[in-house]
This record gives sequence, structure tokens and C-alpha cells, in this order.
Amino acid sequence: MKIVVCVKHVPDATAKRSFDAADHTVDRAGVDGLLSELDEYAVEEALTIAAAGDGDGEVVVLTVGPEQALDAARKSLQMGAHAAVHVVDDAVHGSDAFGTSLVLAKAVEKIGSDTPVDIVLCGMASTDGAMGVVPAMLAERLGLPQVTFAAEVTIDGTKVTARRDGDVATETVEATMPLVLSVTDQINEPRYPSFKGIMAAKKKTVETWSLADLGVDPSEVGLAAAWTSVQEVAARPPRSHGEVVTDDGDGGRQLVEYLAGQKLI
Amino acid sequence: MSEILVLVDHVDGAVRKTTTELLTIARRLGEPSAVFVGAGIDSARETLAAYGADKIYILDSDELTDYLVVPQAEALAQLMASASPAAVLVPSTPEAREVAARLAVKTESGLITDAVDVQPGPDGSPLTTQSVFAGGFTVQASVTRGTPIVIVKPNSATPEQTAGAAVEETVDVVVSEGAKTAQVVKREPRTKSGRPELTEAAIVVSGGRGTGGDFSDVEALADALGAAVGASRAAVDSGWYPHSYQVGQTGKTVSPQLYVANGISGAIQHRAGMQTAKTIVAVNKDAEAPIFELVDFGVVGDLKQVLPQATEEITRRKD
Repeated sequence: MKIVVCVKHVPDATAKRSFDAADHTVDRAGVDGLLSELDEYAVEEALTIAAAGDGDGEVVVLTVGPEQALDAARKSLQMGAHAAVHVVDDAVHGSDAFGTSLVLAKAVEKIGSDTPVDIVLCGMASTDGAMGVVPAMLAERLGLPQVTFAAEVTIDGTKVTARRDGDVATETVEATMPLVLSVTDQINEPRYPSFKGIMAAKKKTVETWSLADLGVDPSEVGLAAAWTSVQEVAARPPRSHGEVVTDDGDGGRQLVEYLAGQKLI
Repeated sequence: MSEILVLVDHVDGAVRKTTTELLTIARRLGEPSAVFVGAGIDSARETLAAYGADKIYILDSDELTDYLVVPQAEALAQLMASASPAAVLVPSTPEAREVAARLAVKTESGLITDAVDVQPGPDGSPLTTQSVFAGGFTVQASVTRGTPIVIVKPNSATPEQTAGAAVEETVDVVVSEGAKTAQVVKREPRTKSGRPELTEAAIVVSGGRGTGGDFSDVEALADALGAAVGASRAAVDSGWYPHSYQVGQTGKTVSPQLYVANGISGAIQHRAGMQTAKTIVAVNKDAEAPIFELVDFGVVGDLKQVLPQATEEITRRKD
């Protein structure tokens, strides 16, 4: 079993995230970054699947992004992934989901050129762009079945069964490998890297690929090739601080009085 | 005027409120055409016409709903090729989001996700507003390639009734074998709570860690206000409330008129899901809880005291 997990290095959501003033792209240099929290669930699921059965599954972590994006791959290696691929190329800067999914698809194909890939695993969305569309686009580009937003996964041979919690119904979905699988934060409890894992990660292989290595024309990706354009980015004015009272036996009535004053009841 | 496709969100023909919002937005951009996938058009027709659908495309085939996402993306791509719409509006459900994603790749069209407002731009094509980084920024964007495909969040417009001609056209779709790879073998409708739906509700009352697992006071206040109930990730992770009620980045995003957060500290995860509420009220024991930075009105106190009193006071005023 060979599993590729796609992970993203994102600005820390608890830090002061911002945009580049010149080109409206996410500021990735001025803020500390980390492995997107939602991708930890994908890494965990990959490790669980790989360890099941004969336990000889191989997990390759794949990330696309600037120099520091390697940190996301490294964290995944510390968790237990076996090898990493880092696609880094200046031309990737500013890519939208179309560019990103193209690069990921080419990299998955290259990773599978020796032994084929059985599962491409993704988190449900990144914690920065949060579009939640890359797994579906990746499946479209690779021509693979997609089983996405899985909250629970069962593997039986090459058959994958997943529970998918929709807005109005819970669905059970079945497909056969090879496929693209995305998982939600309901699926598992990601492990923390152990000391042993951190030490072992230092010896693991990290391959660095450029767009040329993937046969991707730089003009197909990056900001200039994006299919959408940002006109304006504005910081939302901070919410004005309202009145905060301390309950001394009348808090509930004060709350209702406020709501009534605002004509909310 | 140009045609704007609106993918209808419905449950066995019962049209969800988001669709009436999308039809309202579509009218700003051109002539709305509702795209109805699946069975149940007889229950949907009236609502779609009342909210201004000039046309209704009916795509009723089991193949479209028995398999995940891909057949619908193929069918819409065929419809886009024949109708040449000026834009496509899609609701923000997991299924529709991915249909839009694949449709965008298939038709080489730019995609904008989670718009909270859509207006005609200078050239008439959609100019969207998105709320990003947990509501910290607003972004205005437009599509520069192909046919704009826009995923629109609930509560992004106030539905306005205008009679539409609602001319029906049945579309024969061809679904490739390759699209039938992920089969939906079971579909269990979610049990109805009897309360308004979380993403559609005008008022949301939610509970977090501070409830200690007992949501009865939260639910009682919600019922007094005619509100939906929500829960923080901490409450859901503790198994106190189902995930489908989770408000936050990995749950639902709500933007109601009033949001009442009870025993919720206000972590960034949660703020991402509620920061755009018009009015925010919080009850929390901890005066230092970050949620108080957002509130229009806050009570520092024990929710087990404050909520029952508030519920009682609301009931008293109603009488």
C-alpha cells in the first residue's frame, strides 16, 4: 500500500495573519507558519491505514510551497510518515486552487512512477485559504474516484467505505482504490510526534522538486495564471467593545433588557 | 439579459432557504435559471417561480444522485456548454462545493468560494465579497477566466419574491462510466430537531465547555427565542452535542442577527464561524475570556444562573 498525503504549510491562525500589500497574496514570510491543523488528521489517517494489514504500507508526504513549507513535511515525518517530497519553485507563488491542484497532480504522478499510489489523502480544507476544493480538483485532474469529507473510513482490501456527514443527511460512500480521500477533523485524534519520531525524522528522505522536474510550464501556475483576481483586501474594523456586566443576581434580566432595547425580542 | 444558473439545494423537492437567496442574487446579475437535480420538482416549482426563476432546468436521473459529486459536475458542464450562462451560483454545501470545484476544472472557469456578497461589477460580471482569516479581513474578487462560478454562503442576501416565468426544460444528461466510481450506498436523513436550521436561523444560541455537558439551559433559552442551537468544538469533541451543530471553522459558519455564546471562550476556531453575526452576546464565568472582545453585550457569570433567568424573563415578557 502506497499513500501520498498532501499537506500545506499555513500561517499560524493564532498569530496576526495578513496579506502582502503589493499583490494581495497571503503573507507567508511575516508570520510563523505550521502544518495546517486539518492536515494532521490526514497524516494520522494515512499512518493508521499504512499500519493496518501487513503493516508494510508506505506514507509519502507531499507539500508545495516556499522554503519554510518544508516544516510542514518535517512535522509529518516526525509523526511517522516515511518520506517527503517538497515542490518548491518561485513560479508557484500566488497560485490559486487550479495551479495548486495541477502541481499536486503532477507530483502524485511522479511519486507513483515507480510503484503506483493507492490512496491520495488530503485534509478537508486548509486553515488559511479554506476553500476546501483542492481534493476534488485533484481527483478530477488525476481521473481518480473521490471519497471526500470522510468522517469515518473503513478499508477492506482495495474497497474504501466512508461516512460523509452532509448538511441534511449522512451518506455512506464506497469506492475502489486507487482514489483520492479527504478526511474531516471528526475522523481521528492526531498523534504528537514522539522524541523517537523526531530523531528518526532527521534520517528520512526529503526530495526537492522544481516545476521543471514535474514537467509543469511555469506559465500555467502562479499569480499571473490564476483564474480569479483580488481587487481589494481590507482589514475588518474591530468589533466595538460592548458593555460587559457582572452577574450579581440580575444578569439574566439585564441580558433580556439589552435584547429588548435592540428590538431583538 | 444574460442567463445565470443557480444550483438548487433541496431535500426531496423541499427548497432550502439558501436557494431563494441565490435566486435573489442571480437577479442582480441577469436572468435566473434554476437547475434542479434529482426527484421532487413538483414540490419545488412554486418556490422557484416565486423567487424569480425564469427557467427551470430539470435533471432527474438516479445516476446523478447515486454517485458522489462527479456525475453532477459532468451534467452541469454539459448544461453550461448548451446554455452559455454568464455565471453559475452554487450553495455552500459539501456536495455542491465539490461539484463546483470539478465543474471549474472541466470548463476552465474561475471559482470563488464562500462569497458573503455578490454584486454586478463594472463589466456586469460578478464582484464577490469574502470574509477571510476568521472574519478578520474582507476580500473583493472577480473571475478572470471562463464562466464565473461562485459558491455563496447562507444568509448572503435577503430573499426577495418576484414572480419568474419558470419555463421548464427537461435536460437529458449523459453520465460517463468514469463518473460512477464513488457510490452512495446509503443516505440517512438527519433527524429534525424541531428548531430552525443552524445556518439559516435569525438567532443562534450556542454552548461550549462552560456548559459542563448539560445543554438544557442553552436549549431552553434557544426555544424561548425561537433560535437554533449551536455548539463549540470543545463541546462537540467532548461528545456533548452532535457535530452537525458545531459552529466554527470545521463546522458551520453562521451569520445570524443575534448570536448568544454561552460558556464559550472564543477561540479563533469558533470565531471563524460566528464573527459576522450582527449582534453578539456572551455569558461566561471568566471575565478574561476572549469572546468578550467581540460582544455587543456580555454577562460575566454562571450560565446555570443567568440563562434560566433570561429564559424566564423572555417568557414573562411574551405573556
